[in-house]
Amino acid sequence: MEHHPVVRVAAKILIPPILLFALYVQFHGDFGPGGGFQAGVIFGAAIILYGLVFGLKATQSVIPPQVASILTAVGVLLYAGVGVWSVMLGGNFLDYNALDSHDPVHGQHVGILIIELGVGITVAAVMIVLFYGFAGYLRDHD
Amino acid sequence: MSAAANTVSLASHLPVLQVAVPLIAAPIAFILGSLGAGESARRTSAEVCWWFTFAVSVAILAISGNLAATVMDGTVLSYELGGWAAPWGIEYRIDSVAAVALLIVSGINLITLLYAKHAVVREVPERIRGLFYTAWLLCVTGMLGICATGDIFNVFVFLEISSLSSYILISSGRDRLGLLAAYRYLILGTIGATFFLIGVGLLYGLTGTLNMADIATRLPALAGNQTLIVAFGFLAIGIAVKMALFPLHAWMPEAYTHAPSPVSALLAGTATKVAVYLMIRTMYTVFGVELAFDAMMLGVILITLSTVAVFFGSLAAIFQHNAKKIMAWSSVAQIGYMGIGAGLATVTGLTAAMLHMYNHALMKAALFMALGCLFWRIGSMQIDKLAGMGKRMPWTFSAFVLGGLSLIGVPLTAGFVSKWYLILGVLEQGWWWLAVLIVISSLMAVIYIAKLVETMWFREPAVDAPTGEAPLWLLLPTWALVILNFVFGIYTALPVGVARSAATALMGGN
Repeated sequence: MEHHPVVRVAAKILIPPILLFALYVQFHGDFGPGGGFQAGVIFGAAIILYGLVFGLKATQSVIPPQVASILTAVGVLLYAGVGVWSVMLGGNFLDYNALDSHDPVHGQHVGILIIELGVGITVAAVMIVLFYGFAGYLRDHD
Repeated sequence: MSAAANTVSLASHLPVLQVAVPLIAAPIAFILGSLGAGESARRTSAEVCWWFTFAVSVAILAISGNLAATVMDGTVLSYELGGWAAPWGIEYRIDSVAAVALLIVSGINLITLLYAKHAVVREVPERIRGLFYTAWLLCVTGMLGICATGDIFNVFVFLEISSLSSYILISSGRDRLGLLAAYRYLILGTIGATFFLIGVGLLYGLTGTLNMADIATRLPALAGNQTLIVAFGFLAIGIAVKMALFPLHAWMPEAYTHAPSPVSALLAGTATKVAVYLMIRTMYTVFGVELAFDAMMLGVILITLSTVAVFFGSLAAIFQHNAKKIMAWSSVAQIGYMGIGAGLATVTGLTAAMLHMYNHALMKAALFMALGCLFWRIGSMQIDKLAGMGKRMPWTFSAFVLGGLSLIGVPLTAGFVSKWYLILGVLEQGWWWLAVLIVISSLMAVIYIAKLVETMWFREPAVDAPTGEAPLWLLLPTWALVILNFVFGIYTALPVGVARSAATALMGGN
């Protein structure tokens, strides 16, 4: 894609707003439409667009494959960690009410925010890992 | 908080910890497994992964033992996930039936994992061993979840977790045919799971609830409803695919044959058992005996298909040339025995089905592990290659023979106990012809076991055949299971008592 200046410029203009929109969908998800899954897909799509235009090597210097694959597990741990945290605070597994002893509504808010962040991280990382897997296939098997 | 109060509060979380512990352990194992970069670092990280998985397996066995001890007197543990009360929230519900299934899964998991440590050295490429244990933990998570949950949609989620990870496990060996087998299983397994989900969706449309106990209270009022009949059909077929009931068994022989031996042992010991548990749970708890067996004639369908499965599976086993495939086809037949027991819809029949779930897990895992020992030494499962190996590997061979005796159902073995109760249950109905068929099918098991024994003991080994016994670390778990086969064949009070109390609870008595 190095010889397509229009595509390169358009991608450079589009990628930052896409990333920003992903974060908006992520953190505004409990007030409006959105949430971790959608945000993760949008975030992953921005990275994949970067990869398609600027090449696998450039993308992997931004997000190394090993980091991406470890992030897939980190998101799950974040989700499950909230469950363990709520048990340690005396509630049931994933009972967000227990997260704030004074204001259960605030506890619910904190809980959903963190688990959705976990979902977002895992979904984005899985998208990127899949892209690396497919894009790197020819290079790995030549 | 005092220490005593802490233990009390932890004990109340056991139903969810049973599933959450391996679920949290899986991503940690993944991180541990992907840390090593070089050759030796990778070996170390695979080793660390195994020890971690081992520690987790001990913990989940302790949890399921604790749960079983709590619910055996008839109490039912209920846990509200996230503090949302059932039927709105997801409820984890442990009764004696679930506790038995949990105990089977976590027990077989621990023994096959001990076996896996050395078996994977020959059978799984080093590069993916960390991932192998991650998939292993996820598979166990899924199976434990199916048994622990009281929410039928949650069952579907766990069904998918265990199925997806078992596709990975089956294809993780060096045997390239494992990929094809896993792909076939993926297609059929996905169809099965989709059927199950359609059934769940229709039930939800009818009743407006996903909680099993809640559905059960609402269904009798809907008897005769067309949608209910369709939902029943979808659920029954979906689960039948997962339990490999004839004629939906096509995925199983290939998958078990080409998977690495610890995976064959794990799946043969647990996956189909969990599916049988799911069948029993859906039909007895959700639909209820009147609806499932009187209105929908599940009994006739299940017993007919199971009887055909017993004969078809045994006959196919006799004509195979691959030792693992013989065992896999024999599993098709053995599922039939559980199907017959579950289809009788009597306390004795259900007792037999529950007993055979447990006993078949013991014997088939032992047999697959004995074959894995042979594979470790020979590197092939073709019958010709096994010729005379019995004399060269006496400990492996005797473990195989004793496991085979249990499979046939010789007195003093666990296999005898479950067949005894199955025949009792059949005779209770006055179906002496079915009892005769069960005995005849056991004689067919004699043929295929004898065929392997004849090859391994009475034929001369090839000139270039390897010598030497399998390593101790493979033999010890194998023998542990073989000995359990005899322990539960001689001291029958414990398993029979547990199975009977579970069966009575399912039939709605006390």
